[in-house]
Amino acid sequence: MIQYLTFLTRCFRLSFVGDWRYYLWMLFLSIVALLGLNAYCKQFVHGLATTGMTDQVSWGLYIANFTYLVGMAAAAVMLVIPVYIYRNRDLHNLVIFGELFAVAAIIMALLFVTVDLGRPERFHHLMLRFNFPISMLTWDVIVLNGYLLLNLHICGYLIYCAYCRRKPGKFFYYPFVFIAIAWAISIHTVTAFLYSGLGGRPFWNSAVIAPRFLASAFAAGPAFLILTLQVIRSTTDYTISDRALLTLRNIVTIAMTINMFLLGCEVFTEFYTDSAHVASAKYLFTGLGPHRGLVPWIWTAIGLNTVALLLLYLPVSRGLQFLNFACVMLIIGVWIEKGMGLIVPAFIPTPLGEIVEYIPTLNESLVSLGIWAFGLLVYTILVRVTVPVLFGRLSFDREYDPNALPEPLPH
Amino acid sequence: MSVRIWDGPSATLDDPQPPRMTRRSFLRGTTAAAGGLAALVAALNPLREFTQQDEFTLDQFLQKHYKEMTPEDMEKALARIRAEVEKRYGVRPHLRDVKPRAGVEFVYALNLSRCIGCRKCVYACVAENNQSRSPQIQYIRVIEMPRGTLDTEKGNHHYTHPKVPDINHFYMPVQCHQCANPPCVKVCPVEATWQEPDGITVIDYDWCIGCRYCEAACPYWARRFNFAQPDLAGDAINPDMSYLSNRPRPKGVMEKCHFCLHRTREGRLPACLEACPTGARKFGNVLDPNSEVAQILKTKRVFVLKEEVGTLPRFFYYFDERYPNSLDPEAVKIGQAIGCFPGSPAPEALA
Repeated sequence: MIQYLTFLTRCFRLSFVGDWRYYLWMLFLSIVALLGLNAYCKQFVHGLATTGMTDQVSWGLYIANFTYLVGMAAAAVMLVIPVYIYRNRDLHNLVIFGELFAVAAIIMALLFVTVDLGRPERFHHLMLRFNFPISMLTWDVIVLNGYLLLNLHICGYLIYCAYCRRKPGKFFYYPFVFIAIAWAISIHTVTAFLYSGLGGRPFWNSAVIAPRFLASAFAAGPAFLILTLQVIRSTTDYTISDRALLTLRNIVTIAMTINMFLLGCEVFTEFYTDSAHVASAKYLFTGLGPHRGLVPWIWTAIGLNTVALLLLYLPVSRGLQFLNFACVMLIIGVWIEKGMGLIVPAFIPTPLGEIVEYIPTLNESLVSLGIWAFGLLVYTILVRVTVPVLFGRLSFDREYDPNALPEPLPH
Repeated sequence: MSVRIWDGPSATLDDPQPPRMTRRSFLRGTTAAAGGLAALVAALNPLREFTQQDEFTLDQFLQKHYKEMTPEDMEKALARIRAEVEKRYGVRPHLRDVKPRAGVEFVYALNLSRCIGCRKCVYACVAENNQSRSPQIQYIRVIEMPRGTLDTEKGNHHYTHPKVPDINHFYMPVQCHQCANPPCVKVCPVEATWQEPDGITVIDYDWCIGCRYCEAACPYWARRFNFAQPDLAGDAINPDMSYLSNRPRPKGVMEKCHFCLHRTREGRLPACLEACPTGARKFGNVLDPNSEVAQILKTKRVFVLKEEVGTLPRFFYYFDERYPNSLDPEAVKIGQAIGCFPGSPAPEALA
């Protein structure tokens, strides 16, 4: 117990150690996070009128980001499956970074739901009258928190074992890894059901929403990890092979292909049928009369995704520069497509046919940026602490020693 | 060569010793901590504007869900709300918890041949139910519809005529349909909204967490959210109020039409019905075979809006078969005499 507390204290202290670039990055994230906190305090005092949301478009940027981040969290499983099921060696020692990112992404997702609540201080009502299993939102509360706990346990256990320089007991984490695989798929499915179960919103009321969610998540998540792993590689002496990155590239390519295919299915069904259902899709892709707020966004997303996918198909993206370029485009493209492009149009027109557009306010954008900054701050600290522990530079029998030679973990 | 930031030899070549607390590093650490703390306090500064203490009382925080309250709990809650209303608006309200009556199921019927789109019902509702005036919340939306369709997407929500009706249109008021299979109730994660035995779907404003999932689920756009603290002048308050209906709402919670249950459960008619100048609105107990609504459902060709979404509304529309091609001329005459009320303010003005 005392050893565990020492571990936590040492990790906490270690999170303040780094060179000027580390400090600059952390300072930047802290400032943005504090700006977001400041904006949230304003929202807390004055209500959600500080956002661009209305009774017509009652969910916006917050729920869009929430949806996107649930996907990013689920994407860790794209590392877990190759390693634990297909025994992929390249990715073996990288899984932990995917799981740590899942932790950060879930924290961000939960924060985004919290800031969207009108009465966050009544959160305990969930514990007292839980509308389970009827409300999909209660399912979401369970699967998201469960997934957070699973990943906290798996990462925490492995890192603590490395700190103690002892071999992790398979019994203590293998079952959880396999539960987490199914669970990761469930968090995204349940979040999709949140939307697709509403008969009053034809734009969402489609069975393809859940598979589309999974496909886009399995593209954007590993794309983000490709970039992050390179940052880790260049800032630490942790070994990350190009082959591992290229394995991820394959995963991204396949997932993105499926995602584009499903998007095409959706577009065909909407526009070829051309029933009253199509109004929201028309608003999104072509605009309804003078109301064209999302048109530039969705075409930017489609452009980015198409170019990214073509790049991924071509051999040039075996080179890291092109691969990174494709990943950045894809991350942004999916963010638009799955965030703003999926949440907002469902509200336009309203079920009674009124057209009111939605533009996020500065305050709500600051809150969103703040949450992103906080999430990245959490992820940076987690990685910053994990790498030296895995190397044995911080262990039960010694304080942090940056000069120590990496010691292999006991197997 | 790549440079190691966090680990590895190159970052610490000048300093071969492991990190050690020196006076300099101590000072630096303290300054950084103090700076961080100051920044945190500055970020939290807007909370100081938080002056409406009555919004966050411990009593309200600990209050139980409506269905779990004992009569004593309810008395306590009512006393608290009475005191809050009196303090904020200077009016002593006649506040009570009106229970549903056995053998009653309320139903609304609306004669589209008689509705002239004057929007009197909209404003009678706002006055009766203590809705926020700024930003203005309205439970009833009247849609001007071209003839030959029931698709509300073809309608106009923001018509402005000095005189109504426009004889080439008909007018379709929409409010909560009090569905027998309500999607809003299904989705609420905390059971803050439910269907009462007399068919009215109600909201416990002290239980709602403001997630707006019900608002997304409603196919009739009948639910409203308090995006800001409702603005309601003291002389605009209707002191005749009940717990589940028209007592003043706090910011951050949902509200909607509740068939004026504080009136209708005590034998009176809804405010929108009383305000209607043409008698287009009919309300009553469908379980009573002699009631007007029971007769209408039996004899008129009634229909419900968006039957295909399977919500089973308790709000029925019908056209008067005597006037298959026009509005009731008598109602048109009334419309010419009274003029039209403005529609809802543009949403931009809300923010």
